[in-house]
Amino acid sequence: MKVMQGLKYSKDHEWVKIEGNKAYIGITDYAQHSLGDIVFVEIPEVGKQLNSGDVLSVVESVKAASDVYTPVSGKIVEVNQSLGDSPEKINEDPYGCWIAAIEISNPSEIDTLMEPDDYERFCKEEE
Amino acid sequence: MKRTPLYDRHCELGAKIVDFHGWALPLQYSGIIEEHRKVRNAAGLFDVSHMGEIAVEGPDATEFVQRIITNDISRTKDFRIVYSPMCNPDGGVVDDILVYKFSSDFYLLVVNASNTDKDYQWIMENFRGRVEVKNLSEEYAQIAVQGPEAGKILQKLVNIRLEELKFYNFVPEAEICGRKAIISRTGYTGEDGFEIYVKSEFAPVIWDSLLDAGKDCGLVPAGLGARDTLRFEAALPLYGQELSEEITPLEAGLGRFVKLDKDDFIGKAALLKQKSTGVKRRIAGLEMVDRGIPRTGYDVTADGVKIGYVTSGNFSPTLGKNLGMALVDSAYSEVGQEVSVVIRNKELKARIVVLPFYSKRYVKG
Repeated sequence: MKVMQGLKYSKDHEWVKIEGNKAYIGITDYAQHSLGDIVFVEIPEVGKQLNSGDVLSVVESVKAASDVYTPVSGKIVEVNQSLGDSPEKINEDPYGCWIAAIEISNPSEIDTLMEPDDYERFCKEEE
Repeated sequence: MKRTPLYDRHCELGAKIVDFHGWALPLQYSGIIEEHRKVRNAAGLFDVSHMGEIAVEGPDATEFVQRIITNDISRTKDFRIVYSPMCNPDGGVVDDILVYKFSSDFYLLVVNASNTDKDYQWIMENFRGRVEVKNLSEEYAQIAVQGPEAGKILQKLVNIRLEELKFYNFVPEAEICGRKAIISRTGYTGEDGFEIYVKSEFAPVIWDSLLDAGKDCGLVPAGLGARDTLRFEAALPLYGQELSEEITPLEAGLGRFVKLDKDDFIGKAALLKQKSTGVKRRIAGLEMVDRGIPRTGYDVTADGVKIGYVTSGNFSPTLGKNLGMALVDSAYSEVGQEVSVVIRNKELKARIVVLPFYSKRYVKG
């Protein structure tokens, strides 16, 4: 299992990359691995307002559909349309495939996320 | 959870183990899509030891089996296999089974794992005549080799000529790796393939020998995940989804396995009646037009009204499309009909298509 430096992590196995006031959100290597072959990603709507913990997207593998939650509150400002045609890219490069970017409305939520080392430990405990 | 004799092998091969109706079975080894493609293009090895085997023996065996199944075995030759629904008096399906005919007084019924105990009880409740019924499920392990290379691989280990074994026939006393086995040309993937029944204690050595014999032909172990996507593409029904006590074989599109002109059998009156009035709903194929994957239980609508529900659905690895099977109102079951599938509260467009999605490549011989 790969954990990338420079990112923040949620207990629901999302990663967050902060760029200015924007948070790019994707799912972790651990998440893609436990889902298996990903065959569908629901692309969220730009402009939608979300609170942390709300469903951001749905990622479907051959096995099942799984919700992806946003770990931060704010408005969706960008979406990764390319995942519509090639959802399997998440399996190949989970940290290179963000699903959506959110304009952060409550920066203090960032502090509640895990650092890479903590997340790695967290995953080991989950197993 | 119950374990098959191959449980340790699955763990050694790095399989992801899941609980399947109380059985600890491999969901996948290398990945569902990879295993799926290997079975379509080369071969896959499946542990299907969880399937149940019930022996029916005695002078009245034929009569008794005829009474509990909808298909007709009165003219079946020895060493042939007949697929059949087994119905309740309302015409609902108790199980769908394979009937292996050894002789007119000995049959082996191969039943779904999840239904083994229920079936045994059902058979005992409807018991009549000079017949002995035995649940042999614990004694047998079952291994399936499926795919275009299956025959070539299996031939290396058996003492019979597989090219002479026709589709839905079996050899009752074959040898594989020097051990006695029942070998049939059957399967659940839409490909040519074989199923091997051996005493449980022989299963590990036969499993290893098959994997070894198939190394050069691209044989891979395949789990429940690929088993489901393969059978789904071939539109083979799964008990609990396309079939249940509430769905009749006529509704499930299995009319050719229901012989209403044979002597009385359980469910006959109800099925005759349904046939004469016409089925009000039936299993149909769905192809998504909008983006989304139809999943088991999702509502199917037309003109904003619910007309049925999805029984199985997935991304089809062979066809690259999002497909489903659904039990829908017959009025909306014609090919080309536009319908919707309700996916996460949104009505997404789909249309009715021909089943099966994938044309089977059985070697009929």
